[in-house]
Amino acid sequence: MSTVTSLVPRTRRNVELGLLLLAIGIVMLAYLNVGLAVQGTFPPDLLGYGLGFLVLGGGFHLVLRWRAPYADPLLLPIGTLLNGLGLVMIHRLDLAEHRTGGGMAFKQLTWSALGVIIAIAVIIALRDHRQLRRFTFIAMATSIGLLLLPLVPGLGRNINGNRIWIGLGPFSFQPGEIAKITLTVFFAGYLVQTRDVLSLVGRRFLGIALPRPRDLGPILIAWLTSVLVLVFERDLGSSLLFFGLFVAMIYVATERRSWVAIGLTLFCFGAYAAYLMFGHLQQRVLLWLHPFSQAALQVSDQIVLGLMGMASGGLFGTGLGRGHPDFTYFAESDFIYPSMGEELGLFGLFALLMLYVLIVERGLRTALGVRDGFGKLLATGLAFSMALQVFVVVGGVTRVIPLTGLTMPFLSYGGSSLLANWALLALLLRISDQARRPVAGSVASTASSEATEVVKLR
Amino acid sequence: MNAPIRRLSFIVAALFASLLIATTWIQFVQAKDLHDRPGNRRTLLASYARERGAILVGGSPVARSVPSKDQLKWLRTYPSARLYSQVTGYYSFTYGAGGGLEGAEDSLLSGQSDKLFYRRIVDMVTGKVPSGASLELTIDPRAQKAADEALGDQRGAVVALDPSTGAILAMVSHPQYDPSPLASHDLKSVARAWQQVNNAPGNPAVNRTINGDLYPPGSTFKLVTAAAALSSGQYTEDSEIPGPATLKLPETTNAKLPNDDRLPCGPGGTSTLLVALQRSCNTSFGGLGMKLGADALRAQAAKFGFGDQLSVPMRVTPSTVPEQMNRPQTAQAAIGQYDVRVTPLQMAMVSAAIANKGVVMRPYLVKDVRSADLDVIEETSPEQLSQAVSPDVAARLTRMMEAVVQNGTATAAQIPGVSVAGKTGTAEHGSASDGTPLPPHAWFTAFAPADNPRIAVAVVVEDGGRAGNEAFGGKVAAPIARQVIESVVNR
Repeated sequence: MSTVTSLVPRTRRNVELGLLLLAIGIVMLAYLNVGLAVQGTFPPDLLGYGLGFLVLGGGFHLVLRWRAPYADPLLLPIGTLLNGLGLVMIHRLDLAEHRTGGGMAFKQLTWSALGVIIAIAVIIALRDHRQLRRFTFIAMATSIGLLLLPLVPGLGRNINGNRIWIGLGPFSFQPGEIAKITLTVFFAGYLVQTRDVLSLVGRRFLGIALPRPRDLGPILIAWLTSVLVLVFERDLGSSLLFFGLFVAMIYVATERRSWVAIGLTLFCFGAYAAYLMFGHLQQRVLLWLHPFSQAALQVSDQIVLGLMGMASGGLFGTGLGRGHPDFTYFAESDFIYPSMGEELGLFGLFALLMLYVLIVERGLRTALGVRDGFGKLLATGLAFSMALQVFVVVGGVTRVIPLTGLTMPFLSYGGSSLLANWALLALLLRISDQARRPVAGSVASTASSEATEVVKLR
Repeated sequence: MNAPIRRLSFIVAALFASLLIATTWIQFVQAKDLHDRPGNRRTLLASYARERGAILVGGSPVARSVPSKDQLKWLRTYPSARLYSQVTGYYSFTYGAGGGLEGAEDSLLSGQSDKLFYRRIVDMVTGKVPSGASLELTIDPRAQKAADEALGDQRGAVVALDPSTGAILAMVSHPQYDPSPLASHDLKSVARAWQQVNNAPGNPAVNRTINGDLYPPGSTFKLVTAAAALSSGQYTEDSEIPGPATLKLPETTNAKLPNDDRLPCGPGGTSTLLVALQRSCNTSFGGLGMKLGADALRAQAAKFGFGDQLSVPMRVTPSTVPEQMNRPQTAQAAIGQYDVRVTPLQMAMVSAAIANKGVVMRPYLVKDVRSADLDVIEETSPEQLSQAVSPDVAARLTRMMEAVVQNGTATAAQIPGVSVAGKTGTAEHGSASDGTPLPPHAWFTAFAPADNPRIAVAVVVEDGGRAGNEAFGGKVAAPIARQVIESVVNR
């Protein structure tokens, strides 16, 4: 097997271009589908939007050819496809709700363009991901600042019971989305420095290697922070996301299972204590376990509506524009997954989930392939945060876990989410370029060990 | 660090696998349950997306769906407004389908019924838009209209049957309501209309012919007592039975059962059974009831259909004769007082059975079920419910009932050239809060023509209608029955 990968590395940029065109084609088809189903006419702006997409995606593609020729070829097309399908669904909901003047879809389109531009800027400005390591503690300070921003009086906004927004003029912004990236940078930089201490020192108890009590500091801080976020911003989703991300990264950095055990214990303890103390968490659990009970329906019928929407979609869905996803509140943000399920069916949702699986898989593969520890941790963190976020959102609406307020990456309506996820994708692209790029002078030997292991994954 | 990254990828795989399983569970395994859940707006909308079947009387619709331009694609309309309100019921986005056939035959009208399975397959193959089945009713529009007009603004009920089949020819319950506003797509006005219907005096939502609080049958129940007497073999219509001016009731301290006119039923306080029925003597039938016994009365009533769970297809509240009765109570029950409670439909079934040589036919309202292009999918065939009396007893009862109309209490029901057989009733039903007795309900049940019956009718006018305390069934209810009978036989 090793002979396969030790061939001359190829950039695969043409594959990327082909897939990108396919992705844009699918999105245009979906847009046409909505136009025909809802309005009965050929949408006149189809070609305009198609061209716009082509310019943005194609522009990104060209920048990659220029600045990151060995970057992973799947990430850009998948991001484009998810972003585009989300736009089509939001547009479709605009039509159902009779929102005029471009509606939410137009805002989302603007944010998409901005997101792609930021991603391009990341690729151009950041020549090597290791440069980020220098900003480890700046990233920490930024993360804390971003997480605390919504609590600042006058700036923070309480929307739907979650204080995770800040208002900037007419826009609301969820700083937690950006914090997801800066925190990953911080965790990666911090853990790559301290991993030796965290992983080697300590004693064994009941067959697992326990860390020294004084080394527990970081995980306690991370735990405390996530609990604070939970308590003061009432943001269960972000709290879960940050803590899960930290536990996963400390585990990867130290290779010690005891950290996972400690993390899960702390999490269960914190979650249970919070459940006992806070009424809104008890409501969430009630809505999760007994969504059809009278008590739950008095609180909210959102989950029930989402479930009914998904049920009406069945295996093949009603077809875009033919269902009633607008019956559910937040059908374009938190509940875009049921919206998609209603109109694209079970098979459509499987395809969507597989796109996310591909992004995560490509991210983890990048982590395996990249040679420096910081890059490994960063890529792992970024990929895992994507997986965890999808799990928290989809698990919430499908009753795997209690519902929390997070957005579906690329798909959901929301500017901050789009910017953050395009930036995240750009970072993964940048790291994957390093991972797949042949080291100057010794092509065959360096591509060997790590890359061979990758092949075994299949 | 590659080993833990690989292990992490298994965790990621597990996370996504749980999502795939949960999604499959919802969209495939649980989908039907979720779809059928009450309050699922999508299911409701889907039922509006296909054309709901019409309800037809004599080939023209009394309820039908017309295309609508708003989100709900079909609007339910009721072209005859109030005339059929309790027959059709209502079809409301907010309050569902109910109040009559809309509720009772919802699955047929909406096209969900398993009876339409074969048709749905055909529609699917031929690519036709699926639609609900239509119902052609047994109602005779002229009888329905005659009953409605004759009842006028009085509270009460009229029900007419075809004695030989059990087909319901008229079903009118006053007061009525217009179901159209309830079917409106303007949900605010629907809520207003709903309030109006449910708060209206006299409770128009109730179909008095088959539901509601039920009525004491009064003297019309003497038909059942007479049937029991004749069936016992100890009496004929010419048997002399005692009929004093007042009947002292046993086992009581001085309670008496008087005749309405306070006179004895014939010279010397006796009369034939025929004359007793003709003059509707309470004392004669009270005494007769005590002689026959409570069990005989109850058994005879049960043979006429009392206590049966019927659906026409709306559920009919069973009429009852009390389980435990002492002798004075039996005497009261024999003249249709005490706790005997009936639906007008039940009293029409009594007349119809007598008209039909003693055979009670199962009453029904839906003649046939038709597809959207009016092919008959299912036809109701008449069904025998029970043999209430022998043909001989039925013939004797017919003669007695003819006498009632010819020169008894129901001369107002006479129709030139047609022999009508009937029985009047005046049912007392308690007192007002100040102790004064409420005006009695006026009853009349009949069939015609006596020699070849085509229609059996029961009429009840609550509180004696316009005539107040002076009312006898013969004055108030009999003319209404006459008009209904005329509308059918005079053609």
